[in-house]
Amino acid sequence: MSIIGIIKIALKSLARNKTRTFLTMLGVIIGVAAVITMLAIGEGAKKIVEDQINSMGTNVIMVSSNFMSQQSNVRQAQGSGNLLEVEDVEAVKDDIDGVLYASPILNTWGRLKYENQNWRGGVMGVDVDYFNIRNMTAEQGELFYPSDVENSSKVCVIGKTIADNLFGDVDPVGKIMRIRNIPFIVKGVLKAKGENVMGMDQDDIVLVPHTTALTRLIGHRWRFMTIIVSAESKERIQMVQQDILELLQNRHRGTTSESFVVNTQTDIADTASSVSNTMTILLASIAGISLLVGGIGIMNIMLVSVTERIKEIGIRMAVGAHKRDVLLQFVIEAVTISILGGLVGIFLGWAATSVVGKTMHWNVAITPFSILISVTFSCVIGIFFGWYPAKKAANLNLIDALRYE
Amino acid sequence: MSSTTLIRTQGLTKVYQMGDFEVHALRGIDLSIEQGEFIAIMGASGSGKTTYMNLLGCLDRPTAGSYELDGIAVHEMSSEKLTKVRNEKIGYVFQSFYLLPRTTALENVELPLLYTRNMGHKERISQAMEALDVVGIKDRARHFPNQLSGGQQQRVAIARAIVNNPVFLLADEPTGNLDTRTSVEVMALFQKLHAQGMTVILVTHEHDISRYANRIITFRDGLIISDKPNPQPRNAAEDLKTMPELDLDR
Ligand SMILES: Nc1ncnc2c1ncn2[C@@H]1O[C@H](COP(=O)(O)OP(=O)(O)OP(=O)(O)O)[C@@H](O)[C@H]1O
Ligand SMILES: [Mg+2]
Repeated sequence: MSIIGIIKIALKSLARNKTRTFLTMLGVIIGVAAVITMLAIGEGAKKIVEDQINSMGTNVIMVSSNFMSQQSNVRQAQGSGNLLEVEDVEAVKDDIDGVLYASPILNTWGRLKYENQNWRGGVMGVDVDYFNIRNMTAEQGELFYPSDVENSSKVCVIGKTIADNLFGDVDPVGKIMRIRNIPFIVKGVLKAKGENVMGMDQDDIVLVPHTTALTRLIGHRWRFMTIIVSAESKERIQMVQQDILELLQNRHRGTTSESFVVNTQTDIADTASSVSNTMTILLASIAGISLLVGGIGIMNIMLVSVTERIKEIGIRMAVGAHKRDVLLQFVIEAVTISILGGLVGIFLGWAATSVVGKTMHWNVAITPFSILISVTFSCVIGIFFGWYPAKKAANLNLIDALRYE
Repeated sequence: MSSTTLIRTQGLTKVYQMGDFEVHALRGIDLSIEQGEFIAIMGASGSGKTTYMNLLGCLDRPTAGSYELDGIAVHEMSSEKLTKVRNEKIGYVFQSFYLLPRTTALENVELPLLYTRNMGHKERISQAMEALDVVGIKDRARHFPNQLSGGQQQRVAIARAIVNNPVFLLADEPTGNLDTRTSVEVMALFQKLHAQGMTVILVTHEHDISRYANRIITFRDGLIISDKPNPQPRNAAEDLKTMPELDLDR
């Protein structure tokens, strides 16, 4: 019997048993779609984390006091204890090789007000270097200048979120905004950065000169300063980090290397990528389970129909079908189901991935690997469970196949 | 009718192995069947009738003995060749019809032709329709088995058996699942085919049914205990005229 003839028989048989064909195909579809979607989401998440790490700035080192160490328990005179000072920033910048930029960061919160609009948000006191470290540019207006820092000018630069919420359609540049009722002139609006690794809005921020922050908003007694440093190159991060620790110990009497906490971008990147890897593994496990469930579905349908199929094989062989005709027919049926199901699954996975990408603004990506693995797995299951009962039946005695109950 | 020997079995034996236990289903059957005969095989349940039919139909192999079909030693053939013999020379009618479900009457009848030498789609359909016409249910060609009565299903099965112009027909209790009138109708059909030259071998439990055959063979415990001609078989078509029309479908 010709292969074309057998293909025709196989397709007819599939069309005849629509429910069974559909249910079997459903198993393949679910499996393939789930794997593709899950892996695409995992990949997308990874990419986002990478982008966000890069948006932190280039070769960033963060230094802060370690409040778990003993020295911090005692209020100390200037130049002792582990409380960081503006002078430390100067020293880091001047005395350590390989430091490109350094800026203090003074964090505080406050009520922001423009005319009768209110907003609560974070306010950061920084040096102009901060803009360079974090690759910040002004979308509207301009950033503040070193002279603003020197003069403790009451100026600020605001993020997009604040511009939108406080000013609405008004151009904020040059307007007076009140921070804790103190008037500041808005010099510019920062280019939007979106969410950070932790899902925090990086545009919900007000930047003011650190000198102004210290004198007008925080007060020396309550200062807690972080120093942000940019190393010249990735390779020098390690060394610069060491030197900073040494320098700080020298400047602050009675401190040890334990007194300060130094985080580098590499550390954060490592943590973040291990988190996103864990997530990918999690998603892959979910996908694997869906694949398994799909596979079991295929298996069940095929096994349930074994009795009927064995009888069919008996009848076909009684009227003149060869063993290989029947085996081939069943394999073709299984392959057809797997291929069609695989295609629909890929399409569905692609659709689901796009929806997730659109709604979450993620740059999700379908990988060829995910297509390969899911389609292969589903096809293997589909073909095996299509072929196995056929093989079993074809090896049965013809009489037994006809009488099979 | 010239008498050429179509089937000859000698010492045909079948033993089923059931664990340590042997079932001697056939203990040596010597039988010759001429072309154009209409044979009824009778016998108690378990006497080996079905076993013998399966051997004649090349659906199973004997434990010992020989079977010649058309002068060819079938018992020595490879299963590949046996498949071809089944397809080209033998037509089967089973007690429980064995039609493919969800498959139209026409497609069921087409089935043996699918596995024959290359035959065009058109030719296949016309040949299948012809067979359905012979058994008188051409108008139900597009019906599925579950839309047909038992008698109609058996007619479809007979159409499938004759579609490839086999050398002989084997029918194992073809009327076993049918009521009296429908049984006689099916017998009328067999008599019609026989009159056209077909060799028919059928198994039955009912004496009334065996009376339509020209020769009656009786089995007991895997042996033939009687083999008698039936010189004056009843005429099923005539009988039908005297029977009340019970079911209205045909
Ligand atoms: N596949 C089998 N395995 C074991 N024993 C079998 C098998 N098929 C038939 N037999 C035995 O062989 C003997 C003959 O069985 P067979 O089916 O030929 O009888 P039969 O004359 O057709 O009976 P019935 O009128 O009930 O159909 C019985 O004893 C039966 O139990
Ligand atoms: Mg029987």
